[in-house]
Amino acid sequence: LLRSSQPLTGHNRRRCPEDEKILGTILDEGERGFIIDTRSAQAAKQARMSGGGTEPKSAYPQWRRIHRALERGRPLQESFIRLVEACSDPSLSMDRWLARLDSSRWLSHVKAALSTACLAAQCLDREDSKVLVHGAEGTDTTLLVTALAQLILDPWCRSLQGFQGLLEREWIQAGHPFQLRCARSASSHARGKQEAPLFLLFLDCVWQLSRQFPFSLEFGEELLLTLFDNAYASAYGTFLCNNEKERSLCKVKESTHSLWAWLNQPEERHKYLNPLYSHNPLVIWPSVEPQSIQLWQGLFLRWIRPSQHLEEARGQIHRLVEGN
Amino acid sequence: MEHIRMPKVENVRLLDRLSSRRAVVGTLYLTATHVIFVENGSETRKETWVLHSQISSIEKQATTATGCPLLIRCKNFQVIQLVIPQERDCHDVYISLIRLARPVKYEELYCFSFNPKLDKEEREQGWKLVDLNEEYNRMGVPNSYWQISDVNRDYGVCDSYPTEVYVPKSATAHIIVGSSKFRSRRRFPALSYYCKGNNASICRSSQPLSGFSARCLEDEQMLQAIRKANPGSDFLYVVDTRPKLNAMANRAAGKGYENEDNYSNIKFQFIGIENIHVMRNSLQKMLEVCELKSPSMSDFLWGLENSGWLKHIKAIMDAGIFIAKAVAEEGVSVLVHCSDGWDRTAQVCSVASLLLDPYYRTMKGFMVLIEKDWVSFGHKFNHRYGNLDGDPKEISPVIDQFIECVWQLMEQFPCAFEFNERFLIHIQHHIYSCQFGNFLCNSQKERRELKIKERTYSLWAHLWKNRADYLNPLYRSDHSQSQGTLHPQIAPCNFLYKFWSGMYNRFEKGLHPRQSVTDYLMAVKEETQQLEEELEVLQERLANLQKSQSGNNKVKSKQQDRSKQFGLYTSNSSLANTPQEYSNDLKSFPSRSPSQGDEDSALILTQDNLKSSDPDLSANSDQESGVEDLSCRSSSGGGCLPSEDSGKDSDEAVFLAG
Repeated sequence: LLRSSQPLTGHNRRRCPEDEKILGTILDEGERGFIIDTRSAQAAKQARMSGGGTEPKSAYPQWRRIHRALERGRPLQESFIRLVEACSDPSLSMDRWLARLDSSRWLSHVKAALSTACLAAQCLDREDSKVLVHGAEGTDTTLLVTALAQLILDPWCRSLQGFQGLLEREWIQAGHPFQLRCARSASSHARGKQEAPLFLLFLDCVWQLSRQFPFSLEFGEELLLTLFDNAYASAYGTFLCNNEKERSLCKVKESTHSLWAWLNQPEERHKYLNPLYSHNPLVIWPSVEPQSIQLWQGLFLRWIRPSQHLEEARGQIHRLVEGN
Repeated sequence: MEHIRMPKVENVRLLDRLSSRRAVVGTLYLTATHVIFVENGSETRKETWVLHSQISSIEKQATTATGCPLLIRCKNFQVIQLVIPQERDCHDVYISLIRLARPVKYEELYCFSFNPKLDKEEREQGWKLVDLNEEYNRMGVPNSYWQISDVNRDYGVCDSYPTEVYVPKSATAHIIVGSSKFRSRRRFPALSYYCKGNNASICRSSQPLSGFSARCLEDEQMLQAIRKANPGSDFLYVVDTRPKLNAMANRAAGKGYENEDNYSNIKFQFIGIENIHVMRNSLQKMLEVCELKSPSMSDFLWGLENSGWLKHIKAIMDAGIFIAKAVAEEGVSVLVHCSDGWDRTAQVCSVASLLLDPYYRTMKGFMVLIEKDWVSFGHKFNHRYGNLDGDPKEISPVIDQFIECVWQLMEQFPCAFEFNERFLIHIQHHIYSCQFGNFLCNSQKERRELKIKERTYSLWAHLWKNRADYLNPLYRSDHSQSQGTLHPQIAPCNFLYKFWSGMYNRFEKGLHPRQSVTDYLMAVKEETQQLEEELEVLQERLANLQKSQSGNNKVKSKQQDRSKQFGLYTSNSSLANTPQEYSNDLKSFPSRSPSQGDEDSALILTQDNLKSSDPDLSANSDQESGVEDLSCRSSSGGGCLPSEDSGKDSDEAVFLAG
């Protein structure tokens, strides 16, 4: 599984022998690979006008390109805001609630993200093909797809430690611009142009996986909520800045503490473990039918719905498993 | 059997709902009670059994190159798509099924031929499992305020009511009879639930025949009697569960609702729940959404909203909450009615009772609740669920909605119910299956005339026997959730109502988590219990050994058959779950097996281990191989268990060391 950003073909249809060589050597003789472009075909084509574009077939003959349009940027932020507003509107009748949920399109984005990740995983696992994923910048939807695909495929990524490694690798070090994306969240009026809840979308997808495969993830919802909180505001330096270069310039490692170090302390760690976890060596294929994708109540209704009954249930589960 | 034109058809294909690629070929059989499809596999002769009673509609579609398609939709939401090679055969099957699915006589129903191999006494015992007199006694009646009345002993006053009803002490036979003449279908106000803590009660009836201005002294006295039976309150709520407009329209037909001016000290309240026709259409629309091929999120949400289904569920729940609050918090009695007092009234009274009384949240209590508010009070099971061929306009998912309310509550209060989702699903299944006699006919009177108890078996006994499968591992009777009244939120909680895919997509295995957390936790609980028991045995042994120095102590050990216990889970782990088609718009589910037939019919007919009737979970996709690990863990623990061979000192040594 590879990731990159878009090739700078431009309207001149530029070619780059070095780039072609890299993608050429990855594949064996006669082998085919898949490029999953997270933009619509039209958007990808239009990107040529501003210097970007797609890999031309002639230059990359062994690679087959598939487009899977994933929402990002401003529209995704709007979707998030609309959902949060719908959740906190007490005047909504039942009918209008569903309409608002639908018009926010948040769940559609979750479905699309999971589908695309599954597609990538399927190419790797079922077709035995290599996959290259990219969008425009390679810092948003690209990472969403590659990180989710790894969770689907690799049981290690589903362990607590492996998941942290996945986040470090596929989000932090890969250069997702946290500082730009996770500045204000949903309620602020100062809506930054770069603000977009890609990371939250990722966490939502992970939650969907945990719901569909309750035994296969070593961590629980508590961890996902903690990560969400820390991406926006944190006592730790892990999610600061936009990439490794900035972190290095700001001397983040010298002047802050790591979230992972705190999480992994024995007295903290156990809070984030899933009591039902049992190592599952197999690939987990989620259902992306609408009925299977649910609203992440634990996050979106976190401060709205009463949680005591569910906490009691969670406590009971812990007791049952630990008693054994 | 005379209705069966074609008892057997070969080379029939059973299609998967979404993928025509994944079709299975087999043989179709028609019997007097079932449609059976048997796969042509060499090893797994997988069978799909469908009771005729379950068939809701049959659609013969246009013949294609591959054959003649036949779509069978069932009342338990199973959808079966068959392709029969010859059009002529298809037509014969179609005609046969049409007739078989619409019986004319009760005797045609499965319950009269179903034979679980129990003797007469066991059958009787089964029927005695739920005793309503015991229940009323448990509530605390009869007492100084309430008495039992046999005024209806020959069904002379109201033929849809039971022979025994509870009425206020001051309600004489004269008042009851007078009141019954002023009520639609003569369904006079009678006790549904009594709260001994504060003497508040829930009574039920049908609408008064008040028209625009009619009055009835006895009816007014009846309500007064109900109010007086609760000395703690000086007024009575009268709740009309219809929308105001409908109730007002009824007045033109000489019926209507209670006028606060005429009845002393009542507070009248409308809580608009739509009628059976609206509900029937609502379900229809929702099922259409479920049948969409590869719907988008929008298609689904829009379709769900358009059906209005969840809105109706919430309306029923809100009504129940209002009544529960009135009784528990205000200590005020409530009289509930709708039009005829056998649909919405039943729903609302049973939801309220469930919220108020933790007993109804136990397995036995739930059975009692259904017997009380649905069966005994004359809910028209035959008309509503089509035991026999009848007026399609009478069909409506009334009890389905109640059952869904219970599920929604279970989701909000996971520790409050002794039973689990499977219990609800199986009850719903059997309301339509007519395999047992509990839900036949329209009234107690009709059931007695047909001698149901002597000729059929009780569902409750069957469920009770298998109750281990229906337990909720999170239930604790001493838990705060299961004590006393449940308080679901009313105001901003629309989002708490979820689409019940476990019911409406029951047979689409690809949609559900591959392994049930409930089953896993139950297994864990059982295992812990067993280990604790073993520990006790061992401690006893230790004590005994310490007492006597010499001699062999025969080891009394429990022979655990771990593999049987975890039979559900030790499925073939090499069958990982399979992916959907994520790559194109036409999604197909290779991971979905063709709908497995009636779990319960498989249970009855193959008296094997119940677990084996859940083959889909294992054969289809064992994703959660996790529990295999559990059984491995336990068997290593189990490996330490001594066998019956007491001669081996080494075993004992292991034990003492362990």
